[in-house]
Amino acid sequence: MPQLGETVTEGTVAQWLKQVGDSVEKYEAFVEVSTDKVNAEVPAPVSGVIRELIVKEGETVPTGAPIAIIDEIVLRQAQDDRGHGQPGVAGSSNTPTEQIADAAKRAESVYQGSDEPVPGGNLGVSHAPAFTSSNGAGGNGKPASGKPSNGLRVSPAVRRLAREHAVDYSTVSGTGTGGRVTANDILAAAEAGPSAAAAALINSDQAEYIASAAAPPAPAPAQAAPPPSGARPTYASAAPGDVIPLTQARKIIAQRMVESKHTAPHAWTMVEVDVTNVWKWRALEKEAFERTYGVKLTLLPFFIRAVVEALAAFPLMNSSYTERGIVVHKTANIGMAVAVDANLVVPVVRNADQLSITGLAIAASELIEKARRGKLGADDLSGGTFTVNNTGANGSILSAPILVPGQTGIVTMEAVVKRPVVRDDDAIVVRSMMNVCMSLDHRTVDGAVASGFLADLKRRLEAMGPAGAL
Amino acid sequence: MNNVDAVRLALHDALVNDDRTLIMGEDVGARGNVFLITKGFLEEFGPRRIIDTPLAEASIVGVAIGMAMEGLRPIAEIQFADFIYPAFNQIVGEAAKTRYRSNGDYTCPLVIRTPYGGGVRGALSHSVSIEALFYHVPGLKILAPSTPADIKGLLTAAIEDPDPVLFLEHKKTYRSVKGEVPEGRYVIPIGKADIKKPGRDVTVISYGYNVHQALDAASRLEGENISIEVIDLRSIRPMDKGTILASVRKTRKLLIIHEDNKFGGIGAEISAMVSEEAFFDLDAPIRRLCGPDVPAMGYALPLEEEFMISTDRMLRAMRDLAAF
Repeated sequence: MPQLGETVTEGTVAQWLKQVGDSVEKYEAFVEVSTDKVNAEVPAPVSGVIRELIVKEGETVPTGAPIAIIDEIVLRQAQDDRGHGQPGVAGSSNTPTEQIADAAKRAESVYQGSDEPVPGGNLGVSHAPAFTSSNGAGGNGKPASGKPSNGLRVSPAVRRLAREHAVDYSTVSGTGTGGRVTANDILAAAEAGPSAAAAALINSDQAEYIASAAAPPAPAPAQAAPPPSGARPTYASAAPGDVIPLTQARKIIAQRMVESKHTAPHAWTMVEVDVTNVWKWRALEKEAFERTYGVKLTLLPFFIRAVVEALAAFPLMNSSYTERGIVVHKTANIGMAVAVDANLVVPVVRNADQLSITGLAIAASELIEKARRGKLGADDLSGGTFTVNNTGANGSILSAPILVPGQTGIVTMEAVVKRPVVRDDDAIVVRSMMNVCMSLDHRTVDGAVASGFLADLKRRLEAMGPAGAL
Repeated sequence: MNNVDAVRLALHDALVNDDRTLIMGEDVGARGNVFLITKGFLEEFGPRRIIDTPLAEASIVGVAIGMAMEGLRPIAEIQFADFIYPAFNQIVGEAAKTRYRSNGDYTCPLVIRTPYGGGVRGALSHSVSIEALFYHVPGLKILAPSTPADIKGLLTAAIEDPDPVLFLEHKKTYRSVKGEVPEGRYVIPIGKADIKKPGRDVTVISYGYNVHQALDAASRLEGENISIEVIDLRSIRPMDKGTILASVRKTRKLLIIHEDNKFGGIGAEISAMVSEEAFFDLDAPIRRLCGPDVPAMGYALPLEEEFMISTDRMLRAMRDLAAF
């Protein structure tokens, strides 16, 4: 308890401004103390990580009494880090080395750009290799409670530059105060070159999201950010008992999904569509199409074509709910969910309403190919107004997708299955049937519009057949 | 040449070159102004052009407005900015509105010069900054140059301007700031800021005495490889949006420094303007380093020092923003 006045003999902890596990910089206020004379924020005497808060809020102690323990940060060389790269929390003891390493890992970025001398440290030089192999679950047996130092609160300039240079700011290590990613960091990352482009795949500013039933993840040749150590469990190698560290992409997907679910009241509806004729049409055209265009003809472009036509008939489905009103979009930019390694991205077919089935097939194929090769740019991922998800590829017959934030609808193509169907003339026939599910933002549209849209989509798909134009 | 010499030179040139110009104010004649700016003018130009007035600021400005509307070019002096309040109605209610009210039939080519600012042990009644009280008023131009050359160029422009101009001279710079002044006729267009030092990391906008401290701080930070761009606003209204925005778009960080109180000060307007026009270029919150919101600058040295922004505080603020 600091002496806050000559005649003051005791002080009350009014409020802790930092919690256990938080990192503090020297001179950063970390506790508010009140005495009978003053209320004051007390600056941290050293830089480090709060290990323990000894005095509770509201408690009064004499001046000079310890109120908290701060682990002062000492950056260590890489060899200190060997020996606790073992995954899992079970055996990890609360050794000082681990605490320091862990603390240092979380706080390393704090030191970038700081002019405070760091005892025993080689400041800002060996930070990445020295610390990234430490136990991702937190060496002190607690979940890492510190806020991510390069968290998602970025300045407008960073956001704009990241978009312009197709850099994923969440993967850039920040050199600003508290590890903040600065505009110059983005420019430096952009200059660093193509590795940044791969990271751009998961641009948090875009509308990527994960589907309820995606095509199975490819066997993950490489993660967007290469894992520094073979021992670290990854999404692809997940085994029972693992705690897989959250990648930025995973965090962003989680954040966007929660955001969508929490802001847009999802309603759900479904129709079953007889795709026998369109299925036949596709079979007839398939080989010639692939010869001509070098692209496989799937059901997807037919489906997107029907979707954009139905959107034209029901423009409210192609809109965004905003504070200033419901923005009805001028064009239909259709997002398609594509599985990439451990993540799912949604590249966007721009102006899909102006493309023929052939055009859609080519555009979709190019985007999917780009996604698989990690070549999607920011433009490919932004601007979607409606989303189509081919959940049936994995055999699903029903799914309840989560809306891409800012969009009013998302439809799924479920598996095409042959079923006996009773026709209007009571004849029983075998038809190829597909369920189409839709989640909608109930703030924007009500059931009448939604079911009108789905019925229209169904009618258009069922009207497609070999007589049509590709 | 120091700032007092520059004011004197610009006034003298105007009196020589244009018979319509005249100076009026308290102690401007026999005494030659309390800072000796107009010393010798009475002898040289006579009592019809160098007019000692009673201690009545409303009358000084009111009479000057009438002269200006009828074709003269009066340069009214308010001895200290702290005394300008009685003339508020004449300045805001009359001078600033003359052109508008008469639909352009009358203009009011009036210059009101006044020393402002603290740091000279001037206490409550000789330390005030008044720019924010007037910058809200359309129809009024406000200039606050900080160097001899800028003073000569802008005071000449103010005298030649067809509309009322409030010309602020920071008294701590009067004799402490020296610099070269172009010879002969020299006019700086009103409404142009000046980049006093180019830089790449942080834009600092200031005016008056603070500019010189900011330049000092900026040159010290060169040694730390922090590059500060220092913009001297010079013209408070009209404000040079172009120069400000171009600089902020380059550095992406903005620190505004002024001695006047923070709340509703010039910095508030600059900050709002930049947020509106360059939001997507900002990489840090706009920061302001300003005088405290207390009623006046105290006489006691610690109180005065607390009010005036020290160069060390500027250094810290620049460093913090550069590191942000």
